[in-house]
Amino acid sequence: MVGEETSDEERAELRQTLGLMDPIHVQFSRFIVNASKGEFGISYQLRRPVSELIVERLPATIELVVISALIALITGTLLGVYTGINRKGFLSDFVLAVSLLGVSLPTFVIGILFIYLFAVILGILPSFGRGEVVDLGFWTTGFLTVSGLKAIILPSVTLSLFQMTYIIRLVRAEMMEILQTDYIKFARARGISENSIKYKHALKNGLIPVITIAGINIGTLIAFSIITETVFQWPGMGFLFIQAVQFVDIPIMSAYLVFIAFVFVMINFIVDILYYLIDPRIRVKGDAASG
Amino acid sequence: MTFLKINNLSVDYQMRKETVNAAKNVNIEVNKGEILGLVGESGSGKSTVGNAIINLIDEPGKVSSGSVILGDLNIHENSESIVKYRGNKIGLIFQDPQTSLNPILTVGEQLIETIQTHLKLSKEEAKNKSLNLLKEVGIKDAETRFDNYPHQFSGGMRQRVVISLALCCEPELLIADEPTTALDVSIQSQILELIKKLTKERNLAVILITHDMGVIAETADRVAVMKSGILVEIGETKKILTKPQENYTKSLVSSVPPTNKKISRFVIVEKENSDKKENNIKILNRWTKKVIIDQDLVKIKNLNKSFDDNFFTESSKNSVMAVNDVSFDIKEGESFGLVGESGSGKSTIAKMIVNLFKPSSGNIFFDNVCITEIKQRSELMKFRKQIQMIFQDPYSSLNGRLKVKDIIAEPITLHNPSISNIDLNNYIYDLLESVELTQKSADRYPHEFSGGQRQRISIARALATQPRLLVCDEPTSALDVSIQAQILNLLKDLQEQLNLTILFISHDLPVVRQMCDRIGVLKDGKLCEISNTEDLFLKPDHEYTKELLRLMPKIESIYN
Repeated sequence: MVGEETSDEERAELRQTLGLMDPIHVQFSRFIVNASKGEFGISYQLRRPVSELIVERLPATIELVVISALIALITGTLLGVYTGINRKGFLSDFVLAVSLLGVSLPTFVIGILFIYLFAVILGILPSFGRGEVVDLGFWTTGFLTVSGLKAIILPSVTLSLFQMTYIIRLVRAEMMEILQTDYIKFARARGISENSIKYKHALKNGLIPVITIAGINIGTLIAFSIITETVFQWPGMGFLFIQAVQFVDIPIMSAYLVFIAFVFVMINFIVDILYYLIDPRIRVKGDAASG
Repeated sequence: MTFLKINNLSVDYQMRKETVNAAKNVNIEVNKGEILGLVGESGSGKSTVGNAIINLIDEPGKVSSGSVILGDLNIHENSESIVKYRGNKIGLIFQDPQTSLNPILTVGEQLIETIQTHLKLSKEEAKNKSLNLLKEVGIKDAETRFDNYPHQFSGGMRQRVVISLALCCEPELLIADEPTTALDVSIQSQILELIKKLTKERNLAVILITHDMGVIAETADRVAVMKSGILVEIGETKKILTKPQENYTKSLVSSVPPTNKKISRFVIVEKENSDKKENNIKILNRWTKKVIIDQDLVKIKNLNKSFDDNFFTESSKNSVMAVNDVSFDIKEGESFGLVGESGSGKSTIAKMIVNLFKPSSGNIFFDNVCITEIKQRSELMKFRKQIQMIFQDPYSSLNGRLKVKDIIAEPITLHNPSISNIDLNNYIYDLLESVELTQKSADRYPHEFSGGQRQRISIARALATQPRLLVCDEPTSALDVSIQAQILNLLKDLQEQLNLTILFISHDLPVVRQMCDRIGVLKDGKLCEISNTEDLFLKPDHEYTKELLRLMPKIESIYN
């Protein structure tokens, strides 16, 4: 916040106004009180209120995370069901082999490979940034312009790969287990059609654990987005965070971490509610086993 | 008139190295309005035959030859077409009602879907049909129950739902695979009555697959006996059970504990151990044999145990009294039986005696010391050594990662850390021989043994600390009858030679009659009556005991 030519008096005065001279416990309780009001102070580097910065960067990250979560969930479930039902076969083996790659390759390597392939060699997708964005006043979105849509493809796919492979394997294992259960056998014995058995009886049961995992993973997606955003120079919170780390911009870092913690708690809360809605065994506890 | 005809049916399981014949050239005929019992021990192929009829065999098994003729249709002609007979002409009921219904669909959804698969009915018509069915199988408030999920039904009610699902498209053949094995006797008799009634009313052909000879004696018109995939004998129930022709059937029938009399030992017809020398129990010389004095070894006073639903609220409103003011004594050297249906608290009492659960209130005295009030671990260990337990499931009660000798050595070294290696090994060998296992078994892992052999290992482990009290919690209910007979004989021998005191817990009344001197009957955590075994069976006092005895499937009923 200070330049080379700032005098010692001015430095001392600034320390005083920022409260850096107070004992640690005073500083910490001040931080807690302010944080509970949504005030995280002023960024040392950018000299603007942190809450303002976060709100500015939030839409970019949320859009990225939502799109990758959707990609991961939809493709992951579809491929998981497919490989769970057709256990042997070329396509299943192929999907599983590729999914292994997805789990083992780090996000930044995949991101760089994608940039090299689609931006450098083929030249069809932009290699960085969000493209043109439309400002809706409270939200800036890239969904309304062609360049914005094009720009989100590579980062979101990169970000979703790890989660997708995870979901594929989870859904596959669940499907395989459920197709062996007695109630599936009993459904077969009643002559229920194979399609209904697979997609109604088995899949519905198989998705229960997927919801838990997916919920927790959305939190992880936000955390992972730091790397993806850096690789693609995506102007989101993760990118902001990395820059803050480089400049030891503590107000931004603490605000970001508090925000992530809040998101994790909220998502887990929502997942618990979803669980309650989906699984009837949790819904009616207590009046079971009547009659 | 023959309705179902199974000709030369064979089922093979293609394994990596060999082909296992789960069923070999089985020929069975079933008439309409008749219940055919299909009996055999585990692995005999009885379920395989049931499933093969509708070609519902798990991978990698498949029907390798034979035909199944239903009426005048050969339904095995092509494997695709068989799908349309499932549920439509043939209904199937599985063993465990807890697992055979989809947990996240309501009972109504499952019924309507099944009906609409086979019959051209509108949703409304299908619903009406389901409601009538639910009423027919004895479910009250069918209208409200229709929208309930399976977990909201009790076990017996669930099996009724399963039956209604199997019957919803008016099949002519019903295959019931152990339909009552997972149920209590009182519910078992209701379900069997229901199946009998439906057989008559709907003129069904029924195949009842079971291992329980008592059930067969009371329900089946004819019986087919299977062993290792081969049909051993088939004929009228009375003839098969009273005058069996084949050796296997004879041994099977003689292994069944009689319900009407007490016998000293089970007759084991099968060759097996024919070269058996005198029953030498080698551990005898290590045993500090207690002289039996006429005293109570265990005294239980006003024992209570409640399981609170909620951890935070101590309120007794939600708590379930698993054991409610139970008091009884066990004399040194006697076998005391505890019987009751599931949920009656019998296992909870056992676990409190061996100190796995703490009682909510009340005291347990062992050898005149109150063991429920001992605080010190070292003091408690003295008693743990003297009280040992044998669990129900021989598959989960042995650690699969340990060799048999390590399993048995564990309690020995725990209570006697200074024992030398040679001495330890000899002791283990003696223990193994006492339970009729070879010394070689010591170096093997539990999964290499059958259920009966595993239960022998459990017994050896329990005997390792030279206990005075052996708590047996349903020790044979996971085993086949012939194995059960062997294990029960073994327990009797051990008790006689070692002067053991046994607390024998079971839901199986005939077994308890053979094993115990005195019996306590439990219901919903309360003790109904305690009496000498023969008195209890001949002139029961309590209404509940009478009820249990009346409902118990009796193999002897065939003589009447």
